[in-house]
Parts: sequence; C-alpha cells; structure tokens
Amino acid sequence: METVIQKIGLPRLIITALFLFVLVLGGILGMPMISFISDIIKRMGMYGILVLAMVPSIQSGTGPNFALPIGILTGLLGIVISLEIGLVGMAGFLGAVGFALPFAILVGFFYGKLLNMVKGAEMTIATYTGFAVVQFMCIMWIVLPFQSGTMKWALGKGLRNTFPLDNTFGLILNNFMAFSIGNLHIPTGLLLVFFGTCFAVWLFTKSKTGTEILAGGMNPRFAIASGVNIDRNRIIANILSTVLGAFGIIVYSQSFGFVQLYTAPLMMAFPAVAAVLIGGATAQRARVSHVIIGVVLFQGLLAVSLPVANQLVPEGNLSEIIRMVVQNGIILYALTKVNDNGRN
Amino acid sequence: MDKYLLQMKNIQKEYSGNKVLKGVDLNLKAGEIHCLIGENGAGKSTLMNILFGMEVIHSTGGYGGEVLIDGQLTKITSPKEAMKANIGMVHQEFMLIPAFSITENVKLNREVTKENLVSRVFGERLKTVDFPTMSQDTRKALDKLDMNIEEYTRVAGLPVGHMQFVEIAREIDKTGLQILVFDEPTAVLAESEADNLLRTMKKLAKEGIAILFITHRLDEVMSASDKVTILRDGELVACKNTKDTNIIEIAELMVGRKIEITMKKEASVQDQETILEVKNLHVEMPGEEVRGLDLKIRKGEILGIGGLAGQGKIGIANGIMGLFPATGEMNLAGKEIGLNNTAEMLKNRLAFVSEDRRGVGLILDETIEMNIAFTALKVQGRFLRKLGPIYLQNDKEIHHHARNMIKEFDIRCTGPKQHAGRLSGGNQQKVCIARALTQEPIILFISEPTRGIDIGAKKLVLDLLLKLNKELGMTIVMTSSELAELRSISDRILIVSEGKEAGILPPDAPDAKYGLLMSGVTGEIIEKGGK
Repeated sequence: METVIQKIGLPRLIITALFLFVLVLGGILGMPMISFISDIIKRMGMYGILVLAMVPSIQSGTGPNFALPIGILTGLLGIVISLEIGLVGMAGFLGAVGFALPFAILVGFFYGKLLNMVKGAEMTIATYTGFAVVQFMCIMWIVLPFQSGTMKWALGKGLRNTFPLDNTFGLILNNFMAFSIGNLHIPTGLLLVFFGTCFAVWLFTKSKTGTEILAGGMNPRFAIASGVNIDRNRIIANILSTVLGAFGIIVYSQSFGFVQLYTAPLMMAFPAVAAVLIGGATAQRARVSHVIIGVVLFQGLLAVSLPVANQLVPEGNLSEIIRMVVQNGIILYALTKVNDNGRN
Repeated sequence: MDKYLLQMKNIQKEYSGNKVLKGVDLNLKAGEIHCLIGENGAGKSTLMNILFGMEVIHSTGGYGGEVLIDGQLTKITSPKEAMKANIGMVHQEFMLIPAFSITENVKLNREVTKENLVSRVFGERLKTVDFPTMSQDTRKALDKLDMNIEEYTRVAGLPVGHMQFVEIAREIDKTGLQILVFDEPTAVLAESEADNLLRTMKKLAKEGIAILFITHRLDEVMSASDKVTILRDGELVACKNTKDTNIIEIAELMVGRKIEITMKKEASVQDQETILEVKNLHVEMPGEEVRGLDLKIRKGEILGIGGLAGQGKIGIANGIMGLFPATGEMNLAGKEIGLNNTAEMLKNRLAFVSEDRRGVGLILDETIEMNIAFTALKVQGRFLRKLGPIYLQNDKEIHHHARNMIKEFDIRCTGPKQHAGRLSGGNQQKVCIARALTQEPIILFISEPTRGIDIGAKKLVLDLLLKLNKELGMTIVMTSSELAELRSISDRILIVSEGKEAGILPPDAPDAKYGLLMSGVTGEIIEKGGK
C-alpha cells in the first residue's frame, strides 16, 4: 500500500482525489459538465507551455524556474514590439515570437550565468530575481517609447495595464481548425502548438546535450567525472527555459485575448511550479509527462472548483482562496522534499 | 605490582555485528608516554571513543570489558564525564573557534566569572566574565608550554603549530588533568613544530601526566615514548617497552600477515615501456593532498598504490583525471597533455572508477543502462543516432549493451532498467567498472575497488581486474587501503606517505618494509637496521 502511495506521490494523490470530488460534486449540483471539460482543455493549452518551461531548469539541477517572469517579460516585450510595428493576425503572433526570441536567449544566458554563481541557493535567488525584474519592467513599460494607440494610455505616458488582442492576434491559435462536438469545444491549433512544443522538448531531453544536462542535474560530480561541462549545460537549460517562458506567455495571451503588463507576471511562476510538481516532478527530476499530467490536474481543479464553489457559497471568492492554498501548499510540500532524494 | 592510572581491560566493541575491537587491553601509568599505533581500521579511534564516552559508542549498544581509572571501575558515558575523570584530548582537527582569542578558546565553557548586580537577581548565567583572571590562567598555561605568544591574539590566522599548542594549553589549564590523549598531533605539523611538540609532551609527562600518544610515525614512537601498544584488526598484537624493541619489529607487527585473498599471480607480460609519466604532481584534494610525486606507469602492468589514509594516495588518480585541481607535468605515450581537463583525459581513453562509488561513480536515481553508457556517450559520441541536425540517444543500443555487460560481469539485478541505487555494493561496483570498460580504456584507474563490499564480491572484482590485465593487456592503476589486496594482484606497489612517494616495492617484499614505508620512514633507516 505504501509503495503505491510512494509511486503516485502523495500530492498527486490528494489533488486527483480533490479533483474527482469536485467533479462529482459539480455533477450532483447539476452543473454543465461538458463546458467544464471544454474549459479544462483550453486551460491546458493556455498554461501548458509555461509549465513546460520548468522541465529544462529542473533537469539541469537548478530546480524549478522560479524566475519564470523573466522569460514572460521577454515574451511580453515581443508582443508589444510586434503590435507597435503594426503586425496583425498570424504575422502578429509569429512577429511576437520572433522579436521575443533574441531577448529571451540573451536574458536566459545572463540568468544562467547568475545561477552558476549561486549554486546551492538557486531557487531563492531565482524567486527574487524574478520579482526584481518584474519591478524593473514596470518602469520600462512607462519609459519605453511605444506609440501604438491600442496599447497606450489615452492620457499621459506609458502602456496600459491591460489591452485587448481582438484586432490583432487574439485567439488565433484557439480558432485554428477549431471544431465543436455539441458543447465540447476543441481549440485544435492551441493543442497542436502545446503538444508540438512538448514533443520538441522531449526530443531535446533525448539529445546528446539533453542527456548530459540530465546527468549533470542528477549527480553533478558524476557528470564532471565524465567530462561534462556542467556550467555550460546549466546555461543552455536556462536559456531554453526562458525561451519557453517567453513563448508560453505569447500563447497564453492570444488564448486569453488580453495582454497583461506591469505586475501581472509577478506571481506567474508559482502556478507553473505547482503544476509540474503535482504532475509528479520533484525539484530534481521532471519529465514532459509530468507537465501534461500536472497541468490537467492543477488547471482542471481550478477550472471546476471555481464555478462549483461559487454555486455552494455565492458570496466571496472561495475558489480563489482554494487556489492559493492548493498552489502554495503543493510548492511547500515539494520543497520540503528537495533534499530527500538520493538518500535511499 | 605497578599502580596504573588507567586500565582498559578486555575491551570489546561491535558495530552491527562487525567486531572492531576484540578484547583489547591498555595500561597507562602516571608520567609515562604511551604510544598507540596501528593501521587505519585497527581500532585506535574506537578505543579512544570508548575512553571518552562518545555518543557513537553508546548509541550502538555500548562496549564490553572494563575501564579502571586510578583503580576504580568507571563507566564513562559522555565526554563531560571523561572531563570530570580528568581525561583530556588534543584533537587532530582543531576544535577551536577561529574568531575568539586564545584566552577565550582556552577557557571556553569554563569561564571564570564574577558576581554583578544583574546576576544576583537573575542567577548564575548572567555573571560577568572575569577576563583578567582568565588571561592570567591562560598565560600560565602558555608559559608552561614555552609559548611566547600573546594570550589575547585571535586564533584565526595562527600557524597550525600554534593552534595545536592552544589546544594543549586548554587541556593543561584544566585543574587536576591526569591523562592527556594526543590524536595524531604531528600529522599536520612541520618537522620543527613536531619536535617542539614532542619536547612539550616529555615535559608534561615529567610533571606526572600520563600521555597516550596516537601516531603512525614510527620514528616519533622511538624517540618519544616509553611504551608502545600495537593494534591490528581490532586485536592487541603487542605491548612492549620501547627500549626493548626496534622500528622494524614495530612495523612488522603493525602490518602483519592478514588472511590473504590468494590468487596466483603469474608473472604478467609487461615490457618496460612507460605509458604514462607524471612529474612533480601536486593535487589539492582536501584530506588527500599530493605534494610533488613522480610516477611512471608501465604499459600492461597492474600498479598498486597504497599508504595510510590522508597521505595522498587517493589524490593521485583524482588529480590525474582532473577531478581536483592539480599541477605538474604529464606525458601520455610520448605526448604532453595538460592537467585539470577531465574530458581530454577521457578522450585519450583513460578511465576512472572513483573511490566514492555512490557520490561520483553512479547516478543512483538513474537506470543501470544509462549509468553504463553515459561516459562513452558523452566522450566518444557512442550510442547516438542522427536525426536531422541533432543527435539522439539510441535507447535500443544502450539497452543491448547494458544487457551484455550485465551478463558478462554477472551483475545481479532485475534488468538494465533497474535504478543503480537499488543494487548492492558489489553490484554497484560492477556497474562502475562496466561504465569504465565501455570506454574501452588503455589505462584504467580504479580506487578502493573493494571498499564496502563483501568478501565474495571482493574476489570477483579482483579476479575481473586480473583478467582484464591478462587477457586484454589493459594497464591498471589500483589504489587501495588494503595492502593484502594490493599484494595479491599488483606487479609493483607504490607506497605514498605525506603526499610523496615513500618507495616502490614488489608484492612479495617483507611486511616490515611495507610498514616502515607507510609510516614515512625513509630507506636509509631500513638499511641501518632500525636504529
């Protein structure tokens, strides 16, 4: 019995049970199940790539990428530049990705260098680096000379907090080859992009560099004894993670239909970290499968618990509280397990 | 009958079924310097841990036998009680607080205190520390040791020799100290400092303190001690008056004939061609520093590297493979190669099986097949297949290779996908060796190949090395703490002492020679017959 729990992992077990419980409860309350499922599928594609960004950083041994906001900000910068020069539709989306990429690679490189200087304290440093950069960009969103009318405040200086993408590339992936079966809506393009990215990351972990990164993350001394350049690999992994963060937020924004600037990215790392950990990853070990399982469970729980909780307790924002408890509880649980590995 | 200050009678101790002390006696008189010697693992530390009532002893079921102090049967169950029984110890690694002054260190937790207003109200713990008195006491202790250093100097930055004396000062400052144990005190000292220390020990002994001196330097035993007790494998081998014995006899007793893993070693095919030459090798491996070693490894030989722990034997292979910062010159088959470059060494087909199997040798949470294939995959680009511009690992080939290795080396496991961490020590070692051999090396460095594995597996591993050497002509450099094991398969054995070569011996050289070299005695003394 104990081994079964160990194999699945206590957090995954609890979340799955809670998820099923809420689903059943929703059914009993007579809520529209099909629309729940549509919502879960959409959220999976929307958040999935941000969760996927955790895989390379965990595999390289730097722990979950708590500095995900760094990648997110480069993605946002890509979007803003793309819109500024007036790209719309698919060109706008690809433009955003294209403009974000060089920033993400550059920033990821320096972020990787930073992590190599603070070995042993990566997670704490990453969290605060993320926070700091978000605040820095808060200034930049005001100071940078963007002129586009949809993005600027009507009065005064700077970009808006939130602006819509409906005239540019909002929902462009979600609607690509989308179809509905009754009330079940399938955002084909979004899912294709998500699974495609998953496949690419999986291929990377199977490549020579990916294998070296994995070995370096699991036992640095072993890897060094096999002639692996650990520092270089950690930088590569964190560049990849940052790039995935940038790409992830662009996909997220088009699906959401809005771009959120300023402090919005501040806490975005945490749900992503929680999701991958629920999926079965630890702070040392993550696979692409953990991402898919985790994002379905975590986002699924949120998607269902919100309406169900609102049905039960109409006043207040109970579901938001559940979300915070679950998300931070999971991260806490996973972090207490960080040094358990390898003891056997 | 002589009156003994300390008597330990028939002391026995076992750690989870493994007997480490098998009935040892030790008798110590006041004013005597008594040496305790033995190889690593002979039981010296365990005996001292018993004397000091250390936690490790009592949390593992206590000990058998009796300890008598001043003729009184005493059961010491904590270091505090040892202190009360007037036993002091000078540690090998200094137990000093660097940021404190000498006085503060000497008086630590035994501070002289004065009443003050607050302490009258709130009690004992808030009394004022009486620095002038403490300084006076410390001064007295330092004077006794002929140390003309100021007592208010901070310990940080003192030369190691001085730190040692601060430790001694702390012990002799304790009123009524009767027994003082020195645990390899000269290991970290320079020669002149060591002489100084020995002089001080004699002086203390004259004042009636009984000194128990643990060391492995035999010349010190001869010059300083009155009596010598020799332990080997947890047994008392001999207790002699120093003047009735000589250095060669002691060395012989210390090494002794052990139960040998008998393997008939035929004279192996070896030419005199040097395959790897290292000059003036220095390796900064903490605890195993190498300090200027020259070494020629001949093609096709098995070279054993032996020596006591901490003398640098482990550092040699680690330094050559670039795992710890090293300096010196290296020449592989006529080609100069740089140090500190692991990838380069591996590319030149030198393979290394680390002494730290679980820390360096394996990824415990990874499958056996990945553990075996990894180094060859990384260094030689094997087990890969090309897919467009990228190389992917070839799972099928890795799996297949691991299956062969498992069969060939008889690795007991549930299959190539089992995690390495789940295997027994012997099987883990085989996985490490399989990984090294997958590189198809020309020289195999293997350190402590049989540490922590049972006797049956030991033989298998040694047989395997012998087979590789004989059938494939592989040059093997084996580092081991077990002399018997080195002697059973090596062609030549290099003994390392204090980070340097003490000598190279054939496996059938007499025990005494090994003992002397391991104890850092130079060849000249051996010639002179131990005087």
